[in-house]
Amino acid sequence: MSEARSFDHPDVVLCPGGPMLLRGDHLVEDADGVTHRTERPVSAICRCHKSASKPWCDGTHKLLPHKQRPI
Amino acid sequence: MLTPKPRGSLSEAVFAALRAGLDTDHGPVWPTADADEDAAVSLWVLYELHYRGLDDVGDELEWHPALLALRHQLEGDLEARLRARFPGRRSEGDFGEEFFGFVANHDGPSLAAHVQRDADRDQVLELLRVRSIYHLKEADPTAWVVPRLPVATKAALMELLYDEYGVGDPNRLHAHLWALGMEACGLESDYGAYIDEVPTEILEQNNAMSLFGLHRRLRGAALGHLAAFEATSSMPSRRMAQGLERLDLPRAIVDYYTEHIEADAVHEQLAVRTVCGSLVAQEPGLTDDVYFGAFTCLDLENRVAVRMLSRWGVLEGDEGAAA
Repeated sequence: MSEARSFDHPDVVLCPGGPMLLRGDHLVEDADGVTHRTERPVSAICRCHKSASKPWCDGTHKLLPHKQRPI
Repeated sequence: MLTPKPRGSLSEAVFAALRAGLDTDHGPVWPTADADEDAAVSLWVLYELHYRGLDDVGDELEWHPALLALRHQLEGDLEARLRARFPGRRSEGDFGEEFFGFVANHDGPSLAAHVQRDADRDQVLELLRVRSIYHLKEADPTAWVVPRLPVATKAALMELLYDEYGVGDPNRLHAHLWALGMEACGLESDYGAYIDEVPTEILEQNNAMSLFGLHRRLRGAALGHLAAFEATSSMPSRRMAQGLERLDLPRAIVDYYTEHIEADAVHEQLAVRTVCGSLVAQEPGLTDDVYFGAFTCLDLENRVAVRMLSRWGVLEGDEGAAA
């Protein structure tokens, strides 16, 4: 595979079974209507609803049975 | 940092030669290492010449051929030992899913769980001292890999490392957050300040990272190690933060671990999917080495945990004897 080509580099990535990755500077409104500003080059948004750091992912999805993880 | 305390005949000879300087390209005939820790501390010091150096050793010795020859021999022994421990892996399709599954299936005692629930203050401060050998150079061994990578992997690794190094802000550099935490606890934050008290397992853990980082041929192992490290950091960091709060330790060291809960929840996805994922897509022949590096990360952390928990009397019987 030649490297002299274009590469996919999406702003939003849905990780199978895990969080949504968000590249860049964004304002994220959580389920309670509170707004949070992203603080790092790439942020991980919780999709399993079990994070103790919502709206951010804290890795808790890995403790869930596969069927209960986000698609 | 000065040369540490020798741990046997080899390290005594090497440290004396480093302090005195080596005149010619030919080094002395080095004595055989007395034990694993003698070889490990010798190799650790030889690696330090490539990081920040030692105050009582001349900078010109970094690339001295006699020291490189000794390093080559010690690295060969270390790599052979690490490879002998690696049981291999089964390939089951999608790399990301398979890799996360491989990490999840690796069992072992958890230092973070002990800190969260039961550890006393002295045990935690001891753990911070032995962890400082790595955390004061956090991410540095992986940074050596950057120029050796194909395009997509290089960009992916830099996206992750940029965050490790504070996004351009020295106050957010992870190794610096650690140093502030150490100082707040009344501990020394100088590079290698506690090297004389760390067990062999810590030396081996740090040497493995330098070995993988410094050799282009081991770039797959270096990135597999990184991915396994990140994939086992987020939840343990929360346990560490809770344990440190339970013991009323200073905010700065709690903050270090709190930062890693969210940072490493991102980094594990990047390290597995974009960094290692792009590497094995571009260079499939490196897949086994990615898993070798990952296994080594998990296995060496288990060995550190068994050593520390045995010392504290938490692990007993067969588990403790395995140390």
